[in-house]
Amino acid sequence: MDRDSLSVEITPLGDSALLARFASGRLPDEVDQVAKVSAAAAAVAAARIPGVVDVAPAYESIAVFFEPRLVLQSGDPANGTVALREQITSAIGTAAGSPGRAGRTMEVQVCYDAHFADDLDAVAQHTGLAPEDVIRRHSAAEYRVACIGFVPGFPFLIGLPPELATPRRATPRTRVPAGSVAIGGTQTGIYPRDSPGGWNIIGRTPLQLFDVHRVSPSLLATGDVVRFRTISREEFDALAR
Amino acid sequence: MNFTAVRAGFLTTVQDLGRVGFRDVGVPMGGALDQYALRVANLVVANDESAAGLEITFGNVRLQFHDERLVAWCGGGFPVTAVTHVLSAGRPALLRAGEEIFFRAAEFGCRAWLAISGGIDVPPVLGSRSTDMRGAFGGFAGRTLRDGDEIPVGASSAMTAQIGHRIGDAAPASWSASAEWASVGRAPGLLRFVRGIDWDRFEEEAHATLIRQAFRVSPDSDRMGVRFESSPLKLKHPSDLLSEAVAPGTIQVPPSGEPIALLGDCQTIGGYPKIAHVISVDLSVAAQLRAHERVHFREISVAEAHRLLVRREEELARFRVGLEAVLR
Repeated sequence: MDRDSLSVEITPLGDSALLARFASGRLPDEVDQVAKVSAAAAAVAAARIPGVVDVAPAYESIAVFFEPRLVLQSGDPANGTVALREQITSAIGTAAGSPGRAGRTMEVQVCYDAHFADDLDAVAQHTGLAPEDVIRRHSAAEYRVACIGFVPGFPFLIGLPPELATPRRATPRTRVPAGSVAIGGTQTGIYPRDSPGGWNIIGRTPLQLFDVHRVSPSLLATGDVVRFRTISREEFDALAR
Repeated sequence: MNFTAVRAGFLTTVQDLGRVGFRDVGVPMGGALDQYALRVANLVVANDESAAGLEITFGNVRLQFHDERLVAWCGGGFPVTAVTHVLSAGRPALLRAGEEIFFRAAEFGCRAWLAISGGIDVPPVLGSRSTDMRGAFGGFAGRTLRDGDEIPVGASSAMTAQIGHRIGDAAPASWSASAEWASVGRAPGLLRFVRGIDWDRFEEEAHATLIRQAFRVSPDSDRMGVRFESSPLKLKHPSDLLSEAVAPGTIQVPPSGEPIALLGDCQTIGGYPKIAHVISVDLSVAAQLRAHERVHFREISVAEAHRLLVRREEELARFRVGLEAVLR
């Protein structure tokens, strides 16, 4: 792995966090970029830097939130985050020199039954593909979790076949059902719970993407590889029970 | 032991100092929108600073206690009655079984934080007792309080009993936190900010507008953010940005050009350009803004923001020491 590919610029994100932004477009493949950013985020978290309370990767950046009481109190506030910046840079450096975190490969069952696919026809129309073609291409691709956000556990997945890209709906829905698999622009995602949303719904998974009572509340993590497996309505009903 | 929300008010939630460690899976920080207010209220009733209390919005809240509890509140301008006594901000009061505390409608500001000795004892979820309303978890059943709810409270500390004994029959104590501490957010409509990562993407006119103009608070504001009405802050070259982390205080500018200052319940990531960030110590002020009020913004350096943060913590440490001396 090329150390250069992780050249990073660290800037303040307000007064209680730093944002490490990676040089954009250095890698030929955005999927590789996400893998490297999530490996770097894992390395920053694993470094257990005193005062760091949260490490949040997204696409080409990592936000590092710190507890000002612990980070700033020692020494001159004017240089309050100098040591922290060095520790972050050093942790990211170790990730660049190592093979990196591979990310798990997760299978997500999806039922593309018309009952769950309110916008499948709209996507077919926009892309000029037959609905069954949309389903075939969507479920055949390999995706990577670029970040998790919007609501707890919502994965932004990159790797959508370009021909399936469909703009978000002009008017978002006030309620998208939990488990809905949807296309928003060049990405695809899964709604963990009933929520408002503007992406085009093409299917539904019976899996619980986010559950506060699990040891790992989020089914997916940034950097994970995701494959969709098509299931029938009967399988969906059995799994959702 | 429980207390009863006889009248739960417009939007009352259980909050502590927020949820950290789960931003990577999209869990917002949440927590009291003015952390200093909750910390001071907790100190006054001899709780741990991080104990869960109630965040009250706009008032009209009546609570009845079923055992002896020390209570104190901090925040906006609320007329509060404990039993038959007026209870000013930052002053502890001893309530006995059957007695009530009543928050009338706020006269200025919009939020108050109530600490109860023993702390609110709902089960922590992902390390916090704060209510995540959008996620429907944490706090009291993952939701705002309703009339008749019975809210569990923990065991009071030995210190609480001692203070209660000292207060005796005079329901409110003869001493309180200074007004400055009890109403941290009671300040003229000024929010200090540091530049955001996308500052240079904005036209110079946008910078001038942010620094010189008054911004009106939109009624569309909530725990996720304060929305402002203003002449639009324009980008030099509008373009789509990759989503990245945002935080309470981040001032993001959606395509409308009207800025939004994010608060505790904000999402973890956002795709709008970040022109600035309200400094942490001024989130106390942001938490009290009401619809149609006007605010100004003033730029300061990150080093200055850090100095203010350190100074606030030093003052709070002195307050804690002074309080312990009073209570001893």
